[in-house]
Amino acid sequence: MCLGIPGRVIAITDAGNKLGMVDVCGVRRQINLACVIDDAHTVDSCVGDWVLVHVGFAMSRIDEHEAALTLELLQQLGEAQNEIDAMRQRQEH
Amino acid sequence: MRFTDEFRDPDKARTLVGEIARLAVPLAAARGRPLQVMEICGGHTHTIFRYGLKGMLPQDSIEFVHGPGCPVCVLPMGRVDDCVALARDPRVILTTFGDAMRVPGSQGSLLQAKANGADVRMVYSPLDALQLARVNPEREVVFFALGFETTMPSTALTVLQARREGIRNFSLFCNHITIVPTLKAILDSADLRLDGFIGPGHVSMVIGNRPYDFIAQVYGRPIVVAGFEPLDLLQSLWMVIKQLAEGRCEVENQYKRIVAEDGNEQALAALTEVFELREFFEWRGLGSIDHSGVRMRKEFAAFDAERKFSMPNVAVADPKSCQCGEVLKGLIKPHQCKVFGTACTPEKPLGALMVSSEGACAAYYQFGRIDVKAHRAGAAGLT
Repeated sequence: MCLGIPGRVIAITDAGNKLGMVDVCGVRRQINLACVIDDAHTVDSCVGDWVLVHVGFAMSRIDEHEAALTLELLQQLGEAQNEIDAMRQRQEH
Repeated sequence: MRFTDEFRDPDKARTLVGEIARLAVPLAAARGRPLQVMEICGGHTHTIFRYGLKGMLPQDSIEFVHGPGCPVCVLPMGRVDDCVALARDPRVILTTFGDAMRVPGSQGSLLQAKANGADVRMVYSPLDALQLARVNPEREVVFFALGFETTMPSTALTVLQARREGIRNFSLFCNHITIVPTLKAILDSADLRLDGFIGPGHVSMVIGNRPYDFIAQVYGRPIVVAGFEPLDLLQSLWMVIKQLAEGRCEVENQYKRIVAEDGNEQALAALTEVFELREFFEWRGLGSIDHSGVRMRKEFAAFDAERKFSMPNVAVADPKSCQCGEVLKGLIKPHQCKVFGTACTPEKPLGALMVSSEGACAAYYQFGRIDVKAHRAGAAGLT
């Protein structure tokens, strides 16, 4: 019920009603963009945005920088784990 | 798929599981019981089972308690009956999301009403329901609106659009609910053992993180707002347990790519324009909870099915054999319910938790065999 799916805005179809076309894994559908626009980010500047789509509405612009930071943290955690494993192995030998 | 595949990397999952176990095992040993972490959202319950996360974790040290965050599952039977009564009105085209079609009321589900001739249509979006109203001006199109704050802005914006266009044959049967009062009710229960919470990512994308401050500040429990991919869930669990290990309790946000600290201003503006809190709302299995539901403001009476149509509005008790309430409170596991898998199955659900794929019972039924296999291999089991 509360699920959303990432999609990319590919065109504005009705700027007055804040509607745009989104591509989700090759499936295209018109969605409402009202929740992801404001004075600083107008409807026309939405093309190319990655958004989270929920029941026909873009509910959030996906912050690519934050996504990269989360993945980076996971990467570092993995590297730290490898390091610890390596140290442990050396101790055991 | 972008922003999805990266968060399903099995190597990173293994690393996280290792880190979680390293921190959780001594904490659980000190308590003499497994750490209990509630995932509030039904979407998270689904991810946990879909990807077998439960089986990857040390069973003696960590236990997921599946929270009340599946709006289909907590919908009382009386509200479904109202909906079925509405659907039988020959003027009405009753529209709703797929999940809601199968929820059993005392007079059957909407799907059964449809089979018996009622005009019930499944839609992907409330905007599709509005479109049906545009092309069927001689009919009354009612959208059966349910869901938490994630979904409220979409129905609110649809009503605002209908008003702008002067559409008169569209209305909402509003069953939207809000999670925070229910969390408070759970935290106030006498036998509470929960050690921490995994917060609902998409509700938070609308309301922000501040509404959860009381969980950390008043009840002293950590909460981490989480995304819905397997790595999101594991990382959030790790963050909860790290807080416990370090003696902290804070509201943290793992899902920063989607959730802004203050939520979504435009979405909040739309939902507060259209909806107001009800004095109380009934939750299936949990009973009546103050201020846990919303209704439409009287300025929108023309779009409010509850004012537009007469409905039976009768409270119906849950079937006696059902133990949904106990499962929702975490007192028993789904498979410990008397009717689990026998009288109550996903094909013929008796209780609401078996209906939606986000319900704890349906998840156990569908994916529980992963655990059974693991149990036989001596690694893990149904707890």
